[in-house]
Amino acid sequence: MEQKNELVLKVRNLRLYFNTRGGPVQAVDGVDFDLRKNEATVIIGESGCGKSSLAKAILRLLPRNAGIYDGEIWLHDQNIMTLDKEAYRKEIRWKRISMVPQAAMNALNPVMKIGDQVAEPAMIHMNMNNEEATKAAVRMLEHVGVPIDFLHRYSFELSGGMRQRSALAMALVTLPDVVILDEPTSALDVLTQASIMNLMKRMKHELETAFILITHDIATSSELADNVAVMYAGQVVEVGDARRFFTQPLHPYSHALMASVPRLREVVEPEFISGQPPSLLNPPTGCRFKDRCPKRFDKCDEEPPTILYDVDRKVKCWLYV
Amino acid sequence: MKGILSSLRQLRQYPTAVIGMIIIGLLLVVSIITPIIMPYSEAIRLWRGGELVWRYYPRNAAPAWQNWFTSTDLAASVIIDSSKGDIEPTFEQISADTREGFYSYEFDFPYDTFPPEVILFAAAKYASKQPFVELTWITPDGREIRAGEFSATANTSVRFDQDTRLQRRLERETGIKGITVIEGLFDDPSKEGIQVLQGTYRLDATALLFEPESTLDMTFVSYGKVHGLAGTDHQRRDLTVALLWGTPIAMAFGLLAAVFTTVTTMSIAAFGVWTGGWVDGTIQRITEVNAIIPLLPILIMVGTLYSRSIWLMLGLVIVLSIFGLQIKNYRAIFLQVKESPYIDAARAYGAGSNRIIFRYLIPRVLPLIIPAIVILVPGFVFLEASLAVLGLGDPVLPTWGKLINDANTQGALFNGYYYWILLPSALLMIAGLAFAMVGFALDRIFNPRLREV
Amino acid sequence: MSNNNGEINETSQVNGRPLLEIKDLHVWYELKRFGFGHAGYVRAVDGVNFSLEHGEAIACVGESGCGKSSLMKTILGLNVPTKGDVIFDDTSLSTTKGNELRQYRSKIGYVQQDPFGALPPFMNIETILEEPLKINGVSDKAERASRIRKILEEVKLTPVEEVLPKYPHMLSGGQQQRVVIARAMIMEPKLLVADEPVSMLDASVRVEILRILRKLQESHNLAVLYITHDLSTVRYFSEFIFVMYAGEIVEFARMEDLLDDPKHPYTNALLEASSDPNADNALVQREIPKGEPPSLVKPPTGCRFHPRCPAFMEGICDVKEPPNFEVSPRHLVACWLYDENKGHAV
Repeated sequence: MEQKNELVLKVRNLRLYFNTRGGPVQAVDGVDFDLRKNEATVIIGESGCGKSSLAKAILRLLPRNAGIYDGEIWLHDQNIMTLDKEAYRKEIRWKRISMVPQAAMNALNPVMKIGDQVAEPAMIHMNMNNEEATKAAVRMLEHVGVPIDFLHRYSFELSGGMRQRSALAMALVTLPDVVILDEPTSALDVLTQASIMNLMKRMKHELETAFILITHDIATSSELADNVAVMYAGQVVEVGDARRFFTQPLHPYSHALMASVPRLREVVEPEFISGQPPSLLNPPTGCRFKDRCPKRFDKCDEEPPTILYDVDRKVKCWLYV
Repeated sequence: MKGILSSLRQLRQYPTAVIGMIIIGLLLVVSIITPIIMPYSEAIRLWRGGELVWRYYPRNAAPAWQNWFTSTDLAASVIIDSSKGDIEPTFEQISADTREGFYSYEFDFPYDTFPPEVILFAAAKYASKQPFVELTWITPDGREIRAGEFSATANTSVRFDQDTRLQRRLERETGIKGITVIEGLFDDPSKEGIQVLQGTYRLDATALLFEPESTLDMTFVSYGKVHGLAGTDHQRRDLTVALLWGTPIAMAFGLLAAVFTTVTTMSIAAFGVWTGGWVDGTIQRITEVNAIIPLLPILIMVGTLYSRSIWLMLGLVIVLSIFGLQIKNYRAIFLQVKESPYIDAARAYGAGSNRIIFRYLIPRVLPLIIPAIVILVPGFVFLEASLAVLGLGDPVLPTWGKLINDANTQGALFNGYYYWILLPSALLMIAGLAFAMVGFALDRIFNPRLREV
Repeated sequence: MSNNNGEINETSQVNGRPLLEIKDLHVWYELKRFGFGHAGYVRAVDGVNFSLEHGEAIACVGESGCGKSSLMKTILGLNVPTKGDVIFDDTSLSTTKGNELRQYRSKIGYVQQDPFGALPPFMNIETILEEPLKINGVSDKAERASRIRKILEEVKLTPVEEVLPKYPHMLSGGQQQRVVIARAMIMEPKLLVADEPVSMLDASVRVEILRILRKLQESHNLAVLYITHDLSTVRYFSEFIFVMYAGEIVEFARMEDLLDDPKHPYTNALLEASSDPNADNALVQREIPKGEPPSLVKPPTGCRFHPRCPAFMEGICDVKEPPNFEVSPRHLVACWLYDENKGHAV
């Protein structure tokens, strides 16, 4: 608002379709959002809304059946969508955009020591030699709160929390501009989850990094969010400042989603959203939420435009035209 | 089960699987039709009946279709049998008791090679006086050659090529020293050297029957160098019989062995995993011991010392494979499935062990089993063939493996009888390939994880 | 195998015993060395007591490895108690074996966490729901069909005809979970054990599933044991809560008492760590107890939470195991802070 942080990542009209036997699946269909330094943008969405595909699209980790893949991803002043495969792999992936994959704590290599595993990305992507990389790994492990004597242990000897921290260290060791966190805490216990969140809040300020947090858990998302993007059926239906989003969500879907969260500290009867999200194979024309929307009116059969609401909030809904 | 059927329908999307299915289908059709048109006893007669059954077939003849690929037409067999009514002899009464019979064997000979053998088989019925026969060979260009005479018995075979007098006569007539009888009979005198004269030949036989009750049937055979679909072996047996009957045997052996071993192995693994404890341990140890018992030597031992019956071998293979190493694989899968929440749920609503094993554990791995069975079939088909090649084939039944074994002992390749090895091997390979193609496609359908790899 | 409605229900209420009684329950697993040598026990459940009345809902809260799954599986009759007993509907688990054990199990409904895993993927919904009926001797096809229809309508999976021939993978997560609930309810149990029934579902359908469960509880006078790690859903569900830590119950109270006035430092920490959606969350660092839950093979002496406890009192908490202190009616805490003398003998 007053003093804005530097813009790191700008995603415009990003599309990623998958070819299946039934036809193209529009997993990511025209997504726009921004990310600033030392901030976190949270992508909220329910299963099958395309949020994990969005992470894949940004990191260009495309499965073999990927079809249409276009749009713009501006990393600082460079549109990284124009890079060829090899240049992208060398210059961007992990070096400037890294990721903590879903269930990362179970994705660690079981036959490699934690220290070596964290050093690996530094060696591959930063051309460090073994010694430098190990130093960088030690620094980062300390930073994320993994005791130094875990360096020579294997992942199965560590608790879930420690493994998750190690995975985070792996993503951070190359000091990237952007780290994508895909459901970083969903498989963890409450206390571990909270301490990982504590850690990430600290990281966000201490490192020169911006986070994209992908989650279905609205309560956890509020722990880290500076900006929120709500995804529904492959599209971002609302994006904007987190503070105002959590007090006053704009899109009817965001509203319903917020209302469905059981509260611990207030006595509010939660509500559910009836019906099911549309298939991404043949999404309905017009607004994709219209069949479940309590505020539906005739306009909704047409594709809603993205409306600028206030200064920095955008919502894709006819109600705000 | 519906799920499995709909998955099977997906096979259509894999061209290799479709080809495989067509081949398997054909093999199965052959397997079903063969025993109908050629029942077991008939097959045994044709294969084991003795000289009389196949004496009209040429020895070591190539398949007839070989002529399609070569410029020289190899001679085919010519069989003219008076007892079958191929020709009608005419009789003339010359005295009260004696009749004279005229047998005229006329045939086209459009081939480029000499027949390997020419034989006249005579079967006479008489009380004391043997009928007497005189033979005249008439070439297409009208030459008449006296081709000998003989007294017919109940079973006489006149082998022209063994008639030394005829050979000398032909030497004189053609002026070629050392010419064989058959070459002489079929030689074209107008051409240099020994070459076949193509055209219509005739063998006239004049028979004197000295008794009123006496009869005489004669069969003229000019043996070919090609015969039937598959050729013949060193004993003049038609290889088609063995190839046809080899199909149901190979299919039955392969399918039965694959299905029985897989089903039993899987059931044992499921039972062991579910029961756990010492039962599982015992099954494991038996498997491990069984794994180091070599299958083939045992089969050879039993085959040599006890019996080579194919059904005994099949039983033995199944028994020895029941505790095969596959148990370990299935066990690994079952251990995983056992931990599924739905198994817990089934226990929670009171399902007993048997029900859990057969309704909950095994159906879960059926998708793995179906391709596994199909892929296992060729292995057992080959095993049966290998046993036969090693000389441990069923003593009675003609099989593909036995053909290869015969071919091997007769030095078939050395002698150029390629078809003797080629045909059974090709059938084995095609059958194996077909099952593999279908099996791999099934694997992809039932284990979608493989699809993207 | 006869069905268990009507009379038994009345008699058990007549003699005034609770539906479910857990008495000093211990569930230990033996650790083996090289497959046979003894190497100690994992004390998954270590002296748990509570009881549950007809129609009452109780929540069991704890992190993974606290023993809540072992407790649950023992109540379901899938585990054998090492010591102590589970008495359900006048049947003592420790003396029940074979066929009777299977009958015991079939009287308790079981809703699992992962709905997809909980349904055999090769059976259609009709077969899935028929299985418990067939196993428990409902041989009349028409009766089975009518019971299946009734229960599917109760869990709001309609139209029934369309649902029955489907396979689990054709349903959404919420629908799958309703099938799981329908299956758990089809034998008309008096007790339902729900193991994190909504944790794998999307936020928008969680509430719907919880409502279905609550409605079933009311209409069937169903007792529910609700197992969860997520405190925020508890408020909408249960009358009582107990919190487990390292195999023991550390606090037991009415739902409002526990959520609004937690006593045990561990309960406090759990509440502190759970967040409601609120932008202010991003600005605070939460107080999280250091370390991790202890090994259940060699649990700490005294209070098992003492190595991580912010209110740790040396010489007391690490020496003496705290008994249950009743801080207010039906609010029990196993913590020395609530002893009048703070654990010092008078």
